[in-house]
Amino acid sequence: MKFTIQVSEGPYTHQASDSAYQFTRAALEKGHEIFRVFFYHDGVNNATRLTTPPQDDRNVVNRWSELAAEHNLDMVVCVAAAQRRGIADADEAKRNGKDADNLAPGFRISGLGQLIEGAIQSERLVVFGD
Amino acid sequence: MLHIVNKSPFEKNSLQSCLSCAKEGSTILLIEDGVYGVLKNSAVSDAITGAMKGMTICALEADVKARGIADKVIDGVKLVDYNGFVDLTCDNEKLQSWL
Repeated sequence: MKFTIQVSEGPYTHQASDSAYQFTRAALEKGHEIFRVFFYHDGVNNATRLTTPPQDDRNVVNRWSELAAEHNLDMVVCVAAAQRRGIADADEAKRNGKDADNLAPGFRISGLGQLIEGAIQSERLVVFGD
Repeated sequence: MLHIVNKSPFEKNSLQSCLSCAKEGSTILLIEDGVYGVLKNSAVSDAITGAMKGMTICALEADVKARGIADKVIDGVKLVDYNGFVDLTCDNEKLQSWL
């Protein structure tokens, strides 16, 4: 079955990102297809590569990046939500006159249309948030 | 239809909202702090027991165990792992997360 996953909450605040990750991993292991993972609202905070949790804690951001690399996942960050929260790739940083970018590997910045397309193209849209 | 509730019923009213909208034959899956809804002898346990007459109530086992309430779960509640969670989303054409 084809899934799109929506993550609307950041890491380390509530459990949503962890639940979404565990669900996505389980779905992939069962042979399902993940069409897209869409990070919306505070969920865009899952995409900063500057996250540095203590060594004995899970690294939520790296975990997503690694899963994306392993399974060639399309992980999309909502551009409007990202701009508000200071999440930018090199192009966005340049466009907005910022001196740094922070998007983690495996994520890309795009618009809300990508969520709608995910919902249309997938058989299931599973929403995780707070 | 699958309803997913992730809030404690002692913090938010999402479980109550879900129970008031869910139709017979639906499945309700409690995850994260939502699993507190399946505690025995609580303020909402009667509502859960009542709902079980027409609906299936499930709880995510990992979240139940993480909160130390595995031995206090209402009889008849089905515990599922993440694979079971995925299966529930496949078995139900419509999903609603009560955020």
